[in-house]
Amino acid sequence: MTFITENLAEISKPLGRHIHAGFGDAMATVPHNTASVAEVVFHVQSVSKIYQTGDVTVTALRGVSLDLAAGEFIVILGPSGSGKSTLLNIMGGLDTPTTGDVRFRDHWLSQAGDAGLTQFRREHVGFVFQFYNLIPSLTALENVTLVTEIAEHAMDPREALRLVGLTERQNHFPSQLSGGEQQRVAIARAIAKTPDILLCDEPTGALDYPTAKLILDVLAHVNQELHTLVAVITHNTAIADMADRVIRLRSGEITEITRNVRKSRPDELEW
Amino acid sequence: MAMLGRKLVRDLLHIRGQAIAIILVIACGVAAFVTMRSMYRSLLRSQADYYARYRFADVFAEFKRAPDWVANRIREIPGVAQVQPRVVMDVTLNVPGLKEPAVGRLISMPAEDSGALNELFLRSGRFIDSHAANEVIASEAFASANHLHLGSTLQAIIHGRWQQLTVVGIALSPEYIYEIRGGASLFPDNRRFGVLWMSPEALQAALDMQGAFNSIAVSLRPHASEPEVIASMDRILDRYGCLGAYGREDQISHRFISDEISQNRISAMIIPAIFLVVAGMLVHLSFSRLVNMQRSEIAVIKAFGFTSRQIATHYVQFSLLIASVGYMLGCIVGWAFGIRLAKLYAEFYRFPILIYRPELSIFLWAGFICAVTAVAGALAPVLRAAALPPAEAMRPESPQQFSPTLMDRLNVRVRSAALRMIVRNLERRPWRALASAFAICTAIMIVVVEFGMFDSLDRIMELQFRDTQREDITVTFNEARSASVRQELAHLPGVIASEPFRAVPVRLRFRHRSRKTSLLGLASGSRMRLMIDQQGRQALMPPDGLILSTTLAELLHVAPGESVQVEVLEGHRLVRSLPVAALVDEPLGTSAYMELNALNRILLEGNSISGAYLQVDAARQQVLYQRLKTLPAVAAVAVKKTTVDSFRDTINRSMALSLGTLILFAAIIAAGMIYNGARIALSERARELATLRILGFTRQEITSILLGEQALITLFALPFGFLAGYGLCAQMAARLQTELYRMPLVVRPTSYAWAFLMVLFSAILSGVLVGRRIAHLDMISVLKSRE
Ligand SMILES: Nc1ncnc2c1ncn2[C@@H]1O[C@H](COP(=O)(O)OP(=O)(O)O)[C@@H](O)[C@H]1O
Ligand SMILES: [Mg+2]
Repeated sequence: MTFITENLAEISKPLGRHIHAGFGDAMATVPHNTASVAEVVFHVQSVSKIYQTGDVTVTALRGVSLDLAAGEFIVILGPSGSGKSTLLNIMGGLDTPTTGDVRFRDHWLSQAGDAGLTQFRREHVGFVFQFYNLIPSLTALENVTLVTEIAEHAMDPREALRLVGLTERQNHFPSQLSGGEQQRVAIARAIAKTPDILLCDEPTGALDYPTAKLILDVLAHVNQELHTLVAVITHNTAIADMADRVIRLRSGEITEITRNVRKSRPDELEW
Repeated sequence: MAMLGRKLVRDLLHIRGQAIAIILVIACGVAAFVTMRSMYRSLLRSQADYYARYRFADVFAEFKRAPDWVANRIREIPGVAQVQPRVVMDVTLNVPGLKEPAVGRLISMPAEDSGALNELFLRSGRFIDSHAANEVIASEAFASANHLHLGSTLQAIIHGRWQQLTVVGIALSPEYIYEIRGGASLFPDNRRFGVLWMSPEALQAALDMQGAFNSIAVSLRPHASEPEVIASMDRILDRYGCLGAYGREDQISHRFISDEISQNRISAMIIPAIFLVVAGMLVHLSFSRLVNMQRSEIAVIKAFGFTSRQIATHYVQFSLLIASVGYMLGCIVGWAFGIRLAKLYAEFYRFPILIYRPELSIFLWAGFICAVTAVAGALAPVLRAAALPPAEAMRPESPQQFSPTLMDRLNVRVRSAALRMIVRNLERRPWRALASAFAICTAIMIVVVEFGMFDSLDRIMELQFRDTQREDITVTFNEARSASVRQELAHLPGVIASEPFRAVPVRLRFRHRSRKTSLLGLASGSRMRLMIDQQGRQALMPPDGLILSTTLAELLHVAPGESVQVEVLEGHRLVRSLPVAALVDEPLGTSAYMELNALNRILLEGNSISGAYLQVDAARQQVLYQRLKTLPAVAAVAVKKTTVDSFRDTINRSMALSLGTLILFAAIIAAGMIYNGARIALSERARELATLRILGFTRQEITSILLGEQALITLFALPFGFLAGYGLCAQMAARLQTELYRMPLVVRPTSYAWAFLMVLFSAILSGVLVGRRIAHLDMISVLKSRE
């Protein structure tokens, strides 16, 4: 996986947008639901989300508070239906909370309207989904280009594909790519605009073991070299070892936030 | 089947937008069919009924003067049922409130209840007292155009004497449903031409026609041979100056009204057919999508044990259900519209009778055609649904396969990825795109043709009244006069210039073909009647020899250089052979021209003229009209401007209604197709579009991607629609070419612009409707599901 590291190092220099100090042991005393005091970019404050469908009310989130720092790698764990996706969607500006506040730097997401949220997603957020969601009528390269066309600080789409190791297959259509390859295109598409936050909802859920590791490797290096804040939802507790912090959800509430003293490299993970 | 029934209702609600589009298009087709067909039938029946009840004659003849006993000879011709000898004379009228002189056609009419042919339908007033010399019944069209009512008086110059006439009745006649004077005037001008019926005794006395008549109407026995009767009448009447008897086919009012009614028959076929083809395509597109979406449902239903036949029946029922809503809507609208339209036409034609009883068969036919459309449109997707094996259907539709398209192979550099998506999606389903393009093309064509017809008529008027006829007024004498009369006209107040002309009725023969027309002698170097040849240049009047209108030359199959036989139908009835010197392109009429002196020479007469063209000082025309009204020698005064105005007015009145309706229909086709296309694309690609929204594309951006596809199809259809419209205009111009006028093929840029505006409006409307749905696109549910 060395080629990825080299490429990222190369690309991060000219971009050089977010230079952040790493997290040292000294910070372990800070309460776990807050990130480094100086670096906090994301504030989630007492967020609740209630779905009302007919007579049925589902409380997906109840009073969730959380601060995230720039450049952090976060893993969100929790059983199915615990509200992980709901939280991620609210942070990504796809949905708004029923009550509570969400703020990314100077973007007040909880108050923003459709246009504001769209603008936020366009400028700051990269998404990676379990089912890739590539545009079937566009080739790998074109899927990436689609995003770089509308982003302001975009990298060359060929570079983005090179970062995920797909230069050779750039002119293939999604139907001609394997699942892992499609997911790598999805990641290239997400990072091509050099987002501040990369949100991944079960990115390896549909992939086999070696492919999943490959994907995690790409995510780790994006986080390290571009200092992108990465949040990954997973069922897989093994993945939690590569995070700075691990957030556990149950029934819409944060039950525990732990900080890893030592982050594992993806190739060290076993499951 | 209860479950399937519930599913049917649910599905209907689900695709309601598309269903509404289909329903509207079907409703338009059915409404057009029912309206036009029932109106056509209704007018035909009303006309027939009117003719029967008021004894419209079958054969007509006009001549100079025949003694009364000649009528008895005609009555004895085998096949003749009834004869109606009469006196008919066109006279100059002074109508109160009308500045220029009008022409009145005086017709002798026996007293009430005599069982006469062409009987009057009295709208108001009473019949004429047979001893009253100055009572007339006025035609309703003339009376209402001039605000004449019972007791109004008019002055007429009858046999060189002024006579006061009093209107005692207002009536309609089957003989003058369309009141056209004949000759050069092709359209009714109810202000300046009207029919007045008078007592026979009074009219004969006034015209010095005691014991004689100059016109006869004849009705035939059932199964009598019209041509034989006409031939016998011609033999009898020839020596009385008859130009030839003719049947209803050549009776001007009958011919016009029958032409107009039968035009409805043709459009009653074409227009509904266009709609139903489009409806069939819409059904096909919507059902293909529906069946694809419901693959797993179909599988479950089949797994429960439903047969393929039941599945097929279910979808066919669904299609029939939609069609039947459209059908019923169309029937109601068509019925209501048919009544109003038939009433309007009946008023326009002044039918005293209107029979509006649409036959059941019209509705049955419409229903049958609807059912065929619904089944044909749904057939392919339904068969596909029925053929799905349960296990296969449980798997999702195989992922969308894309491969490099024509655009990529041709290496067209399309920078925008969004544009590439649009082009690839279109190329992936070329037939669907073509079907949409076809429908839009049709809608454009309809609008171009409708406006193109206006353009052509406008061009006719330009050619005839601006380029060819340069005079302001045409004065016609009641008989040929010495050329010196022209000097008198030239000295009338307001006359700037005058040119004499001589008109004689002739029969032209070339080989076995012959044609009756009028031969017009024009002064050489005439500046008021220009001869424009086929190259658009001014043709010079040859010293001898004829100039023929192209239409006339085509009718006779004669070419310049060849000689035609000219049979003069008045005076000495001379026969001459004359060369055709040139042809001129004239939109109206089938005239022949020659130099005035040459014509006088072959007629063996001195310098005699039939009338004059005048150029008039507009400021003094009032005075001139007043003077012209008082000249006994003047039989008629035709003011060009009023002719043009009435021509325009007639066109506008008869075409405005159909224009509005057809543009609405075209807009429904275009909007229905564009909306349906966008709606199907939205449902197929909701996932893709939601992904784009997640990636940060704005609502406007994805709307433009979705509608861009429809826009591209529309742009593609536009030139073809224009071309098809032009082609159909050419077709219509060729088909509508009659002996009376030839239609020039003209489509002005504004006509294309109107078609473009219609499509633009339809596209925007569809865009707004679909755009509202895009606003409600659920981004999050997309993340949860596999494709
Ligand atoms: N659009 C929705 N409407 C109603 N309930 C929803 C909706 N989305 C999620 N939920 C409910 O909210 C809860 C949390 O869902 P989610 O965040 O997707 O859980 P997770 O991603 O942890 O599996 C679940 O009970 C789910 O059923
Ligand atoms: Mg989830």
